[in-house]
Amino acid sequence: MVDADPHEAVEPLLRMRGIVKEFPGARALDGVDLEVRPGEVHCLLGQNGAGKSTLIKILAGAHQPTAGEILLDEEPVTIPDPVAALKLGIATIYQELDVVDGLTVAENIYLGHELARGGVSRRSDAARRTREIMQRLGHPEITPHREVGRLPAAGKQIVSLARALSRDARVVVMDEPSAVLDSEEVGNLHRIVRELTADGVAVVYISHRLEEIRQLGDRITVLKDGRTVATSLLVADTPTNDLIKLMTGRAVEYAFPDRPGVPEGAAPVLEVEDLGLGDVFNDVSLTVRAGEIVGLAGLVGSGRSEILETIYGARRSTSGSVRVGGKRLRSGVDAAVAAGVGLCPEERKSQGLLLDEPVYRNITLSTFARIARGGLLDEGAERAAAREQVEALDLRPASVDRNARTLSGGNQQKALLARWLVHGCRVLLLDEPTRGVDVGARAEIYSLIRRLADDGAAVVVVSSEIPEVLGLADRVLVISDGKAVHEGPAREIDEHAVLDLVMEGSVA
Amino acid sequence: MSARSGLMGPALRMGGLVFALILLVVVGAVTAGERFMSPGNLTTILSLAAVTGVVSIGMTFVITSGGIDLSVGAVLGLASIWASTLSTQYMAEDYGWWVIVVTALAVGLAAGLVNGALIAYGKVPAFIATLAMLAAARGLAEIIAGRRTQIVDVEPFFDVFQARPLGLPTIVWIFVVVAAAGWFLLNRTTFGRRTVAVGGNPEASRLAGIKIKRHTLYLYGLAGLTAGIGAVIMLARTTAGSSTHGTLLELDAIAAVVVGGTLLAGGRGTITGTVLGVLIFSTLTNIFVLNNLDSSVQAIAKGAIIVVAVLLQQWFASREKATST
Repeated sequence: MVDADPHEAVEPLLRMRGIVKEFPGARALDGVDLEVRPGEVHCLLGQNGAGKSTLIKILAGAHQPTAGEILLDEEPVTIPDPVAALKLGIATIYQELDVVDGLTVAENIYLGHELARGGVSRRSDAARRTREIMQRLGHPEITPHREVGRLPAAGKQIVSLARALSRDARVVVMDEPSAVLDSEEVGNLHRIVRELTADGVAVVYISHRLEEIRQLGDRITVLKDGRTVATSLLVADTPTNDLIKLMTGRAVEYAFPDRPGVPEGAAPVLEVEDLGLGDVFNDVSLTVRAGEIVGLAGLVGSGRSEILETIYGARRSTSGSVRVGGKRLRSGVDAAVAAGVGLCPEERKSQGLLLDEPVYRNITLSTFARIARGGLLDEGAERAAAREQVEALDLRPASVDRNARTLSGGNQQKALLARWLVHGCRVLLLDEPTRGVDVGARAEIYSLIRRLADDGAAVVVVSSEIPEVLGLADRVLVISDGKAVHEGPAREIDEHAVLDLVMEGSVA
Repeated sequence: MSARSGLMGPALRMGGLVFALILLVVVGAVTAGERFMSPGNLTTILSLAAVTGVVSIGMTFVITSGGIDLSVGAVLGLASIWASTLSTQYMAEDYGWWVIVVTALAVGLAAGLVNGALIAYGKVPAFIATLAMLAAARGLAEIIAGRRTQIVDVEPFFDVFQARPLGLPTIVWIFVVVAAAGWFLLNRTTFGRRTVAVGGNPEASRLAGIKIKRHTLYLYGLAGLTAGIGAVIMLARTTAGSSTHGTLLELDAIAAVVVGGTLLAGGRGTITGTVLGVLIFSTLTNIFVLNNLDSSVQAIAKGAIIVVAVLLQQWFASREKATST
C-alpha cells in the first residue's frame, strides 16, 4: 500500500460532511468531514475531547447532528435512532462492551432482531447461524449456548462483533477495541478486521495507539477540538511526528495564569507514599506543598482518576499511605473531608451534584451540618455563604435558588469549587476540571484554581488534555498503565514528550 | 422559568391532592349524607388513618432516601405481640402503662436497626433485607403468641390511649404529633437534608463527606420506630396484640407515600403529601363502608388512585424538566 492510493477510483461508501454538534453550553463538533471507502480500515485519531465519541455516536444514531449531512452510497440519509443505523448497515462496537451478561451468545447476537416465527423463537436457527458467524470470526470455541457473562473481555468483544456481522453490517465502527485486550487477543482482533475488509466491509477504527494504526490502518482522519484537521491521510505516507503535531497543534490558545513559583520553605501538605490499588496502579508517591499545583497527565484508563479517588479515600488502597499536614489519613471519605481534603469528581452530574436541588444546597453539601446549630438547619446562613461564593466566582446566573440542573457545565464546576471554598480546603483534588466547559469559562476556572493555590491550598489536577496540565501545573507526573513514568517541573516538558512517554510501551 | 416551576410544582401537586380529598368528601356527603358528615364519623376516619399514617411518616423518610421498607407491617405485628405478652402486662401492672409503650417502641426500633445494618453494612438490597424481616418478624410473632390473640388488660394503658383530650382520641393526637415531628425532621434538620441528599445522589453525597452508611442505619431505625408507635396505636384501638396486625400495611404505607408525591426513586419527599395520601385512602375506605359497598371494588378504586397519582406526578416531572432546560 505504499503506492499513492490504491483505492483512488473507488466510490466512498460513507461520507460525512460539515458535521456540527452542539450541546447546551458547548460545541462538541464544529465541522467534521469523514470519507470511508469499502474495504478499508479508516482510523480516527484525536486526543480525548477532540470529538471522536460524539462523531461515532452520530453515526450510531445515538446523537443527532445540529448541522451537516451523512451520505451512504452518495445518497443522503438520516439516522434518527440506533435501530435505523443498524438497518442502514452501520454497526458500532463501543468501548464499554454492550452485551447482556445473563444471556447466551446466540441470544446476545440476535438481541433486538430475534429469529422467530409467530412469536416463537427459532433457537436452532439462531444457534446454527451463530456457529457460522463464529466460524467466520475464527472462534468456533465460542459456542452459541455459552453464557456471555462467563466469557473473558476478548470473547465479549467477539460476540459484539458477531452481532454486527449478523446484521450484514457494511460499516463497522470500533471504539478503542484493543483497550481491553492483551497482546495475543489484539493480534486476533487485527486478523478479524483484515478479514472483514477483505469482504468489502469498511471499518472505522478508533485507537490511541499509533503503532496499532501503523499496522492496521489504510487512511487516517485526525480530529482536534471538534474539527477535522486532516482527512484521509495515507497511513504509509504520514510520519508519526506529523500525526502528533496534527493532534496537538491547538487552534485555541488557552490563557493560563502566571506561575508565581512555590516559596522555598513551603511546607508539604499532601504526602502520598507508595500508594497502590490492586492491579489498577501501584507505587505512586507524590508530595504537594502549600501553594503548589501538581498535574497528573496520562490517557484515559491509565489510572489517573483512580489515584485521586484513592487519595480521597473513596477507594480503599491496598498499599501505601496518605498524610495531610503530617497526619496519616484514616480511610474513608468523611475522614478526608474532615482533614480538609476536597474532591471535584470527574463526572460532575453523577458524582458531584444534586441536580434537582437548589444551587445553595449543592454548595453547602459538605458544610450544612457545620453551619447548622444543634442539628437544626440554618438555611439563611447557608444561602449567605453560597451567595458570597457565587459572587466571588462570578457564577451565572447569580441566583442560589435555581436547580443545579439548569447551570451550564462551567457554572456547575464553579458550584463544586464553591463547595470546597465554603468548606475551606488544605488539599484540593480536581478530576477533569474543564471537561464539558466551554473555552471562555476555562480561563476563569484556571485562574480560580491558581488563586486557590496562592491562598495556600495544595492542588492536584488530573486532565486528559495535556496542554492543560502543562499550562496550569507547577509540577507534572506522567502516568502510564498505573505507574508514574516521569516526574518533573511542568516547564521542562512539552506535550510531544508527554505523548511519547504515555504511548511508549503501550503498543499492541 | 425554573425558579417558578420549582416553587409552583409542589404547590400545584399539593393543590391536586387537596382537591382530590375535597372531591372524596363531597362524594361521601352526597352518598352517605349525615352519616358521613357527622363529627363522630370524621373522628372515625382519623382514628383509622392513625396507624397507617404514623407508619407512612417513617416510610416517607426511607423512600425519600431511595430505599424501601417492606417489613413495617410485620414489625408492627411483632411489636404488638411483644408488648402484650403476659410478662409485659405484669410489668405494666407493677411499674405503669409506659412499659407497654417502651416495649413496642424498642422492638420496632431494634427490628429497624437490624434492617438498616443489613442494608448499610451488609450491602443487602433494601427490598431483600426488609422482605426477609417481613417473613422473620411474622414468624417470631406467631411463635411468641402461639398464634393466639393476646388481650390487653392493663386499665391505665386504656385510660391514657382511649382518652379524648381536646375532643379527639389520643391516637389521633399521636398521628398529629408524629406527622408534625416528621415534617420538622425532614425540612428543618441536618437529618432531613442528609435524607434528601442521599436519595438524590448517593455517590455525590458520599464524595461530599456524608456518612451514608450510618445515615441508612438511622433511617431504617426510624421506620422501625414508627412501626412500634403504630403497634401502640393498634393495641389501643383493638385492645389486643396479634401476629396478624399490620398485614399488608407496608403496601398501604407505600401507596400513601407515593400518592403524596414522594419520588419512589428518592431525592424528593413530602410529609404533607403523605398525610394527604393517608387521609385520601382512609376517607375512601370509610365511604365504601358507609355505603355497604364491596371491598373488592374498593381495592380497584385504590389501584386506580395510585395509577392516576403517579401518572400525574410523571407529567409534572416531565413538564418541570422541559421548562428548566
